[in-house]
Amino acid sequence: MSATQTLLATEPRNAGVREAWGEGLVALGNRYANLVVLDGDLANSTKADLFAAAHPDRFFEMGIAEQNMLGVAAGLATTGYVPWISTFAAFVAKRALDQIRVVIAQPSLNVKMCGAYSGILPSKTGKTHQSVEDLAVFRAMPHVVTIAPADAVELQAAMAAMMEDVRPTYLRVTRDASPVIFADDYVFEFGKAHLLRRGSDLGIVGTGVQTVRALEAAELLEAEGISAAVLHVPTLKPLDVDAICDLAAATGLIVTAEDHSIIGGLGSAVAEVLSEHIPTRMRRVGLQDTYGESGPNDALLEKYGLTPRHVADAGLELLALKAGAKATGK
Amino acid sequence: MTTHTQTGTVTDIAELRRLSARTRQLILETVHHAGAGHVGGPLSVADILVNLYFNRLRIDPENPGDPARDRCILSKGHSSIALYTVLALRGYLPVEELATFDAIDSRLQGHPDLRALPGLDMSTGSLGQGLSPGIGMALGARLAKLDFHTWVILGDGEIQEGQIWEAAFVASRYRLHNLTAIVDYNRLPQFGWPDASGFTRDEPIDDPGGKFAAFGWNVIEIDGHDHDALGGAFDAAVAHRDGPTVIVAHTIKGKGISFMEHEYNWHATPPDEQQLADAVAELQGALA
Repeated sequence: MSATQTLLATEPRNAGVREAWGEGLVALGNRYANLVVLDGDLANSTKADLFAAAHPDRFFEMGIAEQNMLGVAAGLATTGYVPWISTFAAFVAKRALDQIRVVIAQPSLNVKMCGAYSGILPSKTGKTHQSVEDLAVFRAMPHVVTIAPADAVELQAAMAAMMEDVRPTYLRVTRDASPVIFADDYVFEFGKAHLLRRGSDLGIVGTGVQTVRALEAAELLEAEGISAAVLHVPTLKPLDVDAICDLAAATGLIVTAEDHSIIGGLGSAVAEVLSEHIPTRMRRVGLQDTYGESGPNDALLEKYGLTPRHVADAGLELLALKAGAKATGK
Repeated sequence: MTTHTQTGTVTDIAELRRLSARTRQLILETVHHAGAGHVGGPLSVADILVNLYFNRLRIDPENPGDPARDRCILSKGHSSIALYTVLALRGYLPVEELATFDAIDSRLQGHPDLRALPGLDMSTGSLGQGLSPGIGMALGARLAKLDFHTWVILGDGEIQEGQIWEAAFVASRYRLHNLTAIVDYNRLPQFGWPDASGFTRDEPIDDPGGKFAAFGWNVIEIDGHDHDALGGAFDAAVAHRDGPTVIVAHTIKGKGISFMEHEYNWHATPPDEQQLADAVAELQGALA
């Protein structure tokens, strides 16, 4: 576990995540002649249209037919191409799941499955287009690397690493611009978590964009006199077991933060690790076994319990439990 | 265009018929030995596989990973024993290894596993999935400027799956003349459909050729047990340069063994000692 402040950006700024994805594809397409993109008629939403304009010969429109699209990707992978999938997380993680299982995951074919509009903020499209089980689905599939970057910088760093890796991979992409927390020279490593903030009273583990809110939660707690560490876990699989256990050993209380169901995602992954290695009292902040709905972003985050305040309150709850246990001698 | 390697081609019809009979015998012996496995479907697709692997595919068992080789996907993966048998006769594995079919640690998994055995071009088994990877291979060939052809063998039952028609649309849209689908049209599903008379197993899907034609495919209908017709259809499919071709091969489930033909009970039943002996005698008699 490395606490490296140099990891972090010094100037506050926002950056478009889907734009970073589209631009990242174009740049990687320049570098790798075998990179191809398959689209499910959503390129102007996902921003794969940038790749279509830059590399039209390597852009394949597959229409609104995701099962076929993932199968085509498997075939292309056997001929030496590296297909990147352009569709929404809600569709890649469910609509084509048996295809992914049989022709991509089981034979470990090198297909990069990207899920755009992930989490609960896919504009105002509601529960059909929100994706709250995608991490659970892919994390449970043998052979599939599962990545949820925190910001546009980490997203592009992960994409570069993915092209140097041959495993089937799920990459979670969000729709809206979000704060950039990582410095421009950030290097992505599979299975490596990053301690973004030191703290002694409790540890917050975040993944995806929820790590940004975890950092804000730590600020809220600091103002209240509580020292919270923040660990960012960009790869749900492989998971950085040591970093999670070290954080639990150092703080004794763990809160997880994810814009995903608390069942099967980060919260589950951390609970599995801690209960096997270092049983630790914890709280899981995320979707509480529910689907979402349409609505403005702020209202959704508030209603479904994903704001920095919710993360901070989960930490306070744990601290109160610990204090109560001490007082009663338990 | 990079050229392929090709070895061991057989064009003589009598020899192809002999290979078909040998394939059927090995299928039955293997399933008998394993005590489990599909029978009816492997027997119906046997001639298609023999003709493809011995007469048509530009392949070299010594170089199974050649990027320029022709590809073949057995989408109806439950007929795997037919494919393994033909691959064995073609030199990809020892014939004796067929005895490991279905056993633990075997390269011959119940359904074809791309990573287990050289010579397999795709994992299959969950039905309706084989045509889409075939499109990927055909697009890959086009992109890499390789002239290999991709062949996908479909069961008539599995084309009930919606993914087949997603693929039919896209293959036609990209005018993939380097892709050919072959429907093993044996008309006998595992369970079947209720109908006015109570219940029927006849024709899991009516007129598959007409349906592919509606999606813009070139359609060829043949007797799927006639090596002359198979060879001719394969030539015509490769010669057709305007979009993908589907060959509707009219076949008989359980073909070659009188007491297994048209009998759904032989979908996945291993023959006992006596049945095996009777079947082998019949196969050898037909060649005499």
